Amino acid sequence: MNNVRVLIVDDSSVMRKIVERSLRQAGIGIAQVSEAANGVEALAVLNQGKVDLILCDINMPVMDGLEFVKQLSGVENGKGVPVVMLTTEGSEGHVVQALSAGARGYIRKPFTPDQVKEHILPAVAGNL
Amino acid sequence: MNVINAMPAASQGREAWATLLGLAACEVFERMLGSHLVPAQESFAPEEDDVTSMVGLAGQICGVMTVRCPTKAALLMASKMLGVDAAQAGPEMWDAVGEVCNMIAGNFKNKIAGMGDGCMLSVPTVITGADYSLRALVDSDKTEVHLVFEGLPLVVALEVHS
Repeated sequence: MNNVRVLIVDDSSVMRKIVERSLRQAGIGIAQVSEAANGVEALAVLNQGKVDLILCDINMPVMDGLEFVKQLSGVENGKGVPVVMLTTEGSEGHVVQALSAGARGYIRKPFTPDQVKEHILPAVAGNL
Repeated sequence: MNVINAMPAASQGREAWATLLGLAACEVFERMLGSHLVPAQESFAPEEDDVTSMVGLAGQICGVMTVRCPTKAALLMASKMLGVDAAQAGPEMWDAVGEVCNMIAGNFKNKIAGMGDGCMLSVPTVITGADYSLRALVDSDKTEVHLVFEGLPLVVALEVHS
């Protein structure tokens, strides 16, 4: 998996950096990384250009991850982009909510680079 | 998946919660920081340069999760999470400690069957110093775990309304 344009959405700047590092450690070739601190910022990023993969937290101020995923199909650059949720909210109910909203995968924090790879590869299958 | 140790909430007493709290903290530090926490042989009293992160819980459990450590430990956390020198990690220290507390709180509640959906977490708040007290509005019980992180004190506590 090479030349991937990634959008990382998390209200923690430290977590955004950890996610980027985990992707690189997982062997995913990143061409470009965009960051957003909430769903509104993420939608604004998508209005500026396309991405190939979105990793998104759930609990965020302004607009949470579930609402962001619901609104994604209404943005031209967001249609069909695989979204993997990455959150501390690891209950079965949250997983069902995220997948129902349109997410392709779900990773619980804390995570290892291997777990990131394990969940992202099937989520992006057919897209990259 | 962090449900290996999941147990029904009703069957768990204070002692089980302390074990799960320690386990939740150890998993966060091992996976996100590459550090192995060990149980402390003594209790750590609050110090002036302590950093304390707090995350609120509401639902089946109502209360506050806190993570307290010296500034040096907080800087080391940020350094390890970001993969940079401690000197460069300073501006991110608050965010790092807040996120550690958030992950421990989430990991803890996910270990208690039925708690994941029945308990929401607040965004973290981080404060410094030892001259403060947390006052619950109703009676509360506290579970506290004293750990050692790279030779430095780390106290994880859960105060719940009884």
